[in-house]
Amino acid sequence: MIRDQRREWVAAYLLILPFVLIYGVLFLWPTVQMVYLSFTDAPLIGPGKWIGIENYVEMFDDRRFWTSVRNTSYFVALTVIPNTLIGLAIAMMVSRLKGWQQSVILAMFFLPYILPVSVVYRIWNWMFDLQFGIMQYPLTWIFGKATPVFRTQWMFMPAVALVTIWWTCGFNILLFLSGLRSISTDIYEAAALDNASRWTIFRRITWPLIWPVTALVLTIQLILQLKIFDQVYLFVQGGRPDPSMVLVQYIYNSAFQKNEGGYAATISVALFVIVIVVSVLQFQFLRARGEK
Amino acid sequence: MSVADSRNPAVDASGTATAQRKLRAFDIGGLILTLITLVFAIIWAFPIYWGVITSLKPESQVISKTVELLPRTWTFDAYWEVFANTMIGRWYVNSLVTSLGVTAITLVTSALTAYALSQLRFPGRTVLWYLILASFMVPLTALIVNHFILMAQLSLINTWMGVILPQLIHPVVIIVYKNFFDSVPKEYREAAKMDSASEWRIFSRIYLPMNWGVTTALAIVTFIGAWNAFLWPFLAVSKPDMMNVAVGITQVNDAFGVHYARDLAAAILAALLVALLYLVFQRRVTQAIMLSAGVKG
Repeated sequence: MIRDQRREWVAAYLLILPFVLIYGVLFLWPTVQMVYLSFTDAPLIGPGKWIGIENYVEMFDDRRFWTSVRNTSYFVALTVIPNTLIGLAIAMMVSRLKGWQQSVILAMFFLPYILPVSVVYRIWNWMFDLQFGIMQYPLTWIFGKATPVFRTQWMFMPAVALVTIWWTCGFNILLFLSGLRSISTDIYEAAALDNASRWTIFRRITWPLIWPVTALVLTIQLILQLKIFDQVYLFVQGGRPDPSMVLVQYIYNSAFQKNEGGYAATISVALFVIVIVVSVLQFQFLRARGEK
Repeated sequence: MSVADSRNPAVDASGTATAQRKLRAFDIGGLILTLITLVFAIIWAFPIYWGVITSLKPESQVISKTVELLPRTWTFDAYWEVFANTMIGRWYVNSLVTSLGVTAITLVTSALTAYALSQLRFPGRTVLWYLILASFMVPLTALIVNHFILMAQLSLINTWMGVILPQLIHPVVIIVYKNFFDSVPKEYREAAKMDSASEWRIFSRIYLPMNWGVTTALAIVTFIGAWNAFLWPFLAVSKPDMMNVAVGITQVNDAFGVHYARDLAAAILAALLVALLYLVFQRRVTQAIMLSAGVKG
């Protein structure tokens, strides 16, 4: 019996070994190193000396750091809730359809999600092109003249948010669709017999029953969008990156352009803490709401 | 719920008739809603259509002051130009190798670990499980600086391995596998044990074959994710001939001004493989996304 148990242990350790190695070397070790590095003045590659909390003091005084925090928050505000609500609206429209019609329409909404971000960038850069972009028709109609959207400070973030919603909404649509499918049709039939209006049906049945999915989508979106980098980096190319700098971009900027490994690690720790605090808080909040 | 209460057994003939009249009235509203859905879907998909169509025009017609929804002259010139002037073939190979590498290593190591967590009892099991759950909350993006330093120390910058390694942390795959292994009836394992089959045999002959469906789904989604990854492949590679296709197409600098047809042709080529994968395996992709999201909540 004891020998059997030993055998089971050995088998288990052999099975988990590859994963534990990867996890240790590529996850735990870099995490520990990140924290250590944030207390040094090291360049990106090479040794540095221990300087205590100096980097953290510098960070709290750094205007560019706070700009990047503000821009990241702004981007989160522009994307998370709209993306969730649009996802729900589209899912409700798609869920009414049947069979092949549903498959085709769903694919049309979902396809952008499959594209690499650089392809999304190419497509929308062309859509918004100052001289020949098709979006200049509505823009000229609204503003009276052709508008360089990604070179206009106040338009930059909303435009990137719009593109991001277009790109990632398919994911939300899928989750909402499966949520809607799990609501029993009996309830809707009963409501129809009761002469309930569409709005009442939505407010009294769909919204409360879909809430767990909504909460899930909000959580996933929030954590995802806090880590925004790719789109902002690509669309700002050729322009001035500073005014629209986001957190991950500032990490990239400090480490790879200014060669300040220690300081970049400090901002990384900040991002790390922000994401963990937000996910814990949101988890608690959503659980509290769910229990009501 | 008050609406549900009204469902009593006494829905008589006249009640049904009202309901049917109502259903017919519903259909007109329904038709309008369907039309709105269709229009909205067309608007939503239009940028992709527009990108594809533009890539099939000659550059001289791309810069036209009028909107031409179809090319006056259909041409693959932009595509030939991409093939002739960029390393797109090489980038495709890089993307294929690194994405397949990420997919294979992630799936194999995750399935093995999930099997051990699901079926075996060993010291450290609970700790490992909580570590995996905890790593959900951790933003891997925050590790880019230290991943870069680590890969530089191992001399893996500008190599396939350097692109692959930091993309291997996918705790969600383990959790999905564990859920599926948990639900395999215990009798299979017990019977195999009677025949003194090894754990490896039980895993590879029973647990894995019983879950091919979920394996396919996870593999496709992991592959698409690795193919589309931008930030890490962008950092880990600076030599043009080692770039992935998603990064490569953004790094071609225009020495001769704007060439939209060519740039879009390169973009369409970069997306072609994953778009086809999705269209062919639509159901699997959907399934894997649901599975991965289900455990994140």
